[in-house]
Amino acid sequence: MPTPDSDILRREAPRRRALPARARRGVPAHPVAAPPRPANTPNANTVVEFRGVTKRYDSGDVGLERATFAIDRQEFVFLVGSTGSGKSTIMRLLIKELDPTEGVIRVAGRDLAQIERKRVPYYRRNVGVVFQDFKLLPTRTVYDNIAYALQVTGASRKQIRASLPDVLRLTGLSTKLHNYPHQLSGGEQQRVAVARAFASHPPLLLADEPTGNLDPDTSIGIMQLLYRINRAGTTVVVATHDNEMVDKMRRRVIELRRGRIVRDEATGLYAQDETTGDLAERLKRETNAPEPADRPRGGTRR
Amino acid sequence: MRPGFFLKEAIRSMRRNPAPSFAALSCVLVTTLVLGVFIPVVQATNGAANSIRGRVVVDVDLNTTATPAETARVRSEVQHARYAGHVELVSKQAGYEQERKLNPQAFQLIGYNPLPDILRITPSNPDQADALRAELDQSSPTGTRLVTDSAIAAVQNRQAQTDKILSATRIVKITMALLAALLVFSSMLLVSNTIRLSLFSRRREVEVMKLVGATDWFIRWPFVIEGLFLGALGGVCAIGLLALAKITLIDPLASTVKLISQPAMIDFRLLVVVLMACAIAVSAAGSGISLRRFLRV
Repeated sequence: MPTPDSDILRREAPRRRALPARARRGVPAHPVAAPPRPANTPNANTVVEFRGVTKRYDSGDVGLERATFAIDRQEFVFLVGSTGSGKSTIMRLLIKELDPTEGVIRVAGRDLAQIERKRVPYYRRNVGVVFQDFKLLPTRTVYDNIAYALQVTGASRKQIRASLPDVLRLTGLSTKLHNYPHQLSGGEQQRVAVARAFASHPPLLLADEPTGNLDPDTSIGIMQLLYRINRAGTTVVVATHDNEMVDKMRRRVIELRRGRIVRDEATGLYAQDETTGDLAERLKRETNAPEPADRPRGGTRR
Repeated sequence: MRPGFFLKEAIRSMRRNPAPSFAALSCVLVTTLVLGVFIPVVQATNGAANSIRGRVVVDVDLNTTATPAETARVRSEVQHARYAGHVELVSKQAGYEQERKLNPQAFQLIGYNPLPDILRITPSNPDQADALRAELDQSSPTGTRLVTDSAIAAVQNRQAQTDKILSATRIVKITMALLAALLVFSSMLLVSNTIRLSLFSRRREVEVMKLVGATDWFIRWPFVIEGLFLGALGGVCAIGLLALAKITLIDPLASTVKLISQPAMIDFRLLVVVLMACAIAVSAAGSGISLRRFLRV
């Protein structure tokens, strides 16, 4: 069942391994990503919109205070900030695990407050989520973990069998199908989590500290994977405090401090047409080499 | 929605979590077993208490000179009294034979039959024996006896004996009711606790399912089916053990011990149906309802 998304993914894939002939058709290698837009200007292309969102917890702690921003389709956005700055609150608000105390959150133009509790599962199927601790089902194999995301949507076994190989190839898990999570390395487990989040090709993918438990090399692999998914047309939001990684990725950065947005900038050196391969090479190069002093910094303000 | 899928999920979860499944199974088994033993015991005890209470009677002594016509008249009057149940005539002669057997020497001394005709009334409700007596043997406020019928000499209900029977059986009945309530309550606690424990060990799984976009019932059905299956299995095992006990222990004794062959005892087939229904319903509903807490993600 080739969807537009999976077609785009196939265009990316030949760089790494041989694929069926139809995937090697002469299509432009890189769809043009949306140009970076100034923040806070929602338009028809907006996927996520926060308007004056405040979240106060019952304990009195402020999770988020009057946050306003908009994220466009196909954007790759980093949420950065120290622990307790409100990154995870934004994530939890986006999957409607929490409701805002004030303000409006719209996803794809839909006000989340209007979604009744019963309909929340149907909404969540359109948002892929990746967590720091992977949150895999320990009693299921890699294949079953990923398939579960499709089973909940009511997909038949045939449909699942048809659509999973794409995702498995994308995430490089084709040889680990029958392993259980505890038999995998951290990086592999996170790949499974990404594969599950992306299995139903959601328009929006959230990753909360996806590399928090991983070593730098493995982190690069995961970032590359998320970037590849982004290139396929999915909006990706990554919460992290790995400032080095953010610097290197050179994407839009929203910085939070004590629940407030203190910076929102579309980093200048946005490498628009960078392929995932180029990105990976650059990341590895920069990880191993000392940083040039004159390069503008994207993710941190030290 | 998709019974095959849910069934497979339930079987998978039982295979992959054998410890909680086994705990739930043995819990249902033990509870059903205890219930299966207790139901007949309560019934037998209540039956025994009721049959003892059936011995509470009110005797209406007629005048020794009462004619058969008078006896018949009083009998019909007595039968219409408010709490009167079964009325039996113990004739002078029958009473004499009975008493002489008990105290042959005393009656030999007396030499004649001093006994009157007696109408022995079994009250419709043993607790109303006093009321029945009072109705047949009314006293005026001044203490003068108002005899309902001139042929009645006295009305007695063997006060001390009646009181003893009533209070003793009442205690037995209340104790049994308390024990039954305690047992039902503790088995409910036991079952719900076991279910909650086994669900608690899987709350992370449920959380992940919710985050992936599973609806409540999509998550719940496998759990309910699992509960259904474990309940049924536990019930079958318990009933198997009960049947074994019945065949090897109770049946051989039934001919010798009267209590066990009491007709009031529950039919074994009915008992099986009741126990199975309880085991399955409690387990399935229990796991479905206990899940609610973990579904609020």
